[in-house]
Amino acid sequence: MEFHLSGRAWKFGDDIDSGQMAIGQYTRQGVEVYSAHCLENLRPEFPREVAPGDIIVAGRNFGSGSSRETAVLALRHLGVGAVVAVFFSRLFFRNAINLGLPVIECAEAIHIDDGDQLELHPVEGRIVDRTSNAAYQGLVLPSHLLEIIEAGGLVPFLEQRI
Amino acid sequence: MAWAMTTGKTLAEKVLARHSGNGEVIAGDIVWAEPSVAMMDDPLGPKMVQSELRRLGNRIKHPERVVVISDHCAPPSTILQADLLTLTRNWAKEYRIQRFHEYEGICHQVMVEKGYVRPGDLVVGTDSHTVTGGALGSFSTGIGSTEMLGVLVTGQMWFRVPETVKVVWDGALQDGVMAKDMILQVLGDFGSAGLTYRAVEFGGQAVREMPVDQRLCLSNMTVEGGAKAGLIAPDEKTFEYLSQRISPEELESIEPLNADPDAVYSQRKQYSAAALAPMVALPGNPADACAATEVLGERIDQAYIGSCAGGRLSDLAIVARVVKGRRVAPGVRLIVCPASRTVYQQALSSGILETLYESGAIITAAGCGACGGGHSGVLGAGEVCISATNRNFKGRMGDPSSQVFLASPASVAAAAVEGKISDPRAYI
Ligand code: SF4
Repeated sequence: MEFHLSGRAWKFGDDIDSGQMAIGQYTRQGVEVYSAHCLENLRPEFPREVAPGDIIVAGRNFGSGSSRETAVLALRHLGVGAVVAVFFSRLFFRNAINLGLPVIECAEAIHIDDGDQLELHPVEGRIVDRTSNAAYQGLVLPSHLLEIIEAGGLVPFLEQRI
Repeated sequence: MAWAMTTGKTLAEKVLARHSGNGEVIAGDIVWAEPSVAMMDDPLGPKMVQSELRRLGNRIKHPERVVVISDHCAPPSTILQADLLTLTRNWAKEYRIQRFHEYEGICHQVMVEKGYVRPGDLVVGTDSHTVTGGALGSFSTGIGSTEMLGVLVTGQMWFRVPETVKVVWDGALQDGVMAKDMILQVLGDFGSAGLTYRAVEFGGQAVREMPVDQRLCLSNMTVEGGAKAGLIAPDEKTFEYLSQRISPEELESIEPLNADPDAVYSQRKQYSAAALAPMVALPGNPADACAATEVLGERIDQAYIGSCAGGRLSDLAIVARVVKGRRVAPGVRLIVCPASRTVYQQALSSGILETLYESGAIITAAGCGACGGGHSGVLGAGEVCISATNRNFKGRMGDPSSQVFLASPASVAAAAVEGKISDPRAYI
């Protein structure tokens, strides 16, 4: 069941709310539109330059505020491979798992620099920073949540079971 | 030795124990539970689950537990919003959802007004402010659309039983100081993530004396601290409120739950209500709160009364007290958006709307209005708003360069009259 990801780190601060990933005025215009504005109020180049497999690294309380899953969908649409944060808001955390986006909670995430090349092992909660040659241990998810992520989200997970 | 392990339980633990069929659960346990009510709104409800529901067998396990309420886009300001309302309405019809509402107001207000949320219930909804229902002694929490899909198909969802923070407000509030000021104080102390994954239980004299109308605001904004639920133990006020909304038989059938006197809390915080002065949250973060005196005199372009935090009858009533016989300052717009049609009607028949109208206020249709930047009061570049709503994240009510201060309805009204942030106690 081992799977791993690698990509460049995009560093963000604390309290990034879900309304920055899916901006209210654009969410009703479809994923193409709102993902093209994802996080632009904080880093205007992000939606243009993020590459498939890249990893978001953030501080405390990532994904606060609204319950909108469009925040996760925008990241997935842009190809973001995973999010590492000091900790997540409750709703973002659940939504990410339900939509198959790996999330790792790691207090040491703040030591990772923007642009670093990362390797992630979600099952063990391990993060390797290839640029600084450091390794960090994040929280390991309970197995039933890992199963949902590995199935690709709650829908495929339920589909396998009905 | 089971007896040695038994300790008092919090309200959150008791509600989750009841709905998970476990005799006892304790903070940290992961349980599968059956929500009593599953509420969907227009942006994050039917539209988001419809196609996947078909993929998963196209059957709702308990349609009688489902509530669908269109509020964010009602009345629509764009064609896209109008189409979303149509889709939501058709979906509710197709799946024979009896409890469907549109144009009736904000989902969280309609939920309590219709008596859908009851003490001891486990309530989930596709909007983060579903926590509002905790004010009636339920465990109410927001979930994502995919999570809702799971609830529709299986009738169940997993929960991690949260630790509870007990927040007690002793004494009585000064006139002109409101539930909103209390919760801004709490958020300022705990920070925007200080309550993450926790439940909050409110208590104390000031909470007991407060009408249910105001209690809803306390529970509503616990999510701004990251909380999973904000609960208030049911009392005579709760049952009085419910008795006006549900039949005597239904009222009789409720088995309320309460926390044990020796319940284990992860933290306790005690406040003096009498010492509380009006608060504001500075633009950008609802938990960046300070005493209003620190920003007195900040000029404003818009004053906004509304939302599931500040658009209820008691809110409109205090606004009317502040503006009665006065005029909104030149160049400022005061927008009042009642939380529901019922609130609208009550404010109309009690003369509140007339007082507001005469002061120069603009009264809009009941619903979410400009709270989430949808319509009827969206902010332009560089504009400054003081708002009785619950969120002021960058760009939420309009242009990213606009600024939103959060404050109580009384403070918003005083600011509308002065054209700048002011102390409402001078007007009461
Ligand atoms: S009033 Fe505002 S916070 Fe409440 S549900 Fe509507 S948009 Fe959300």
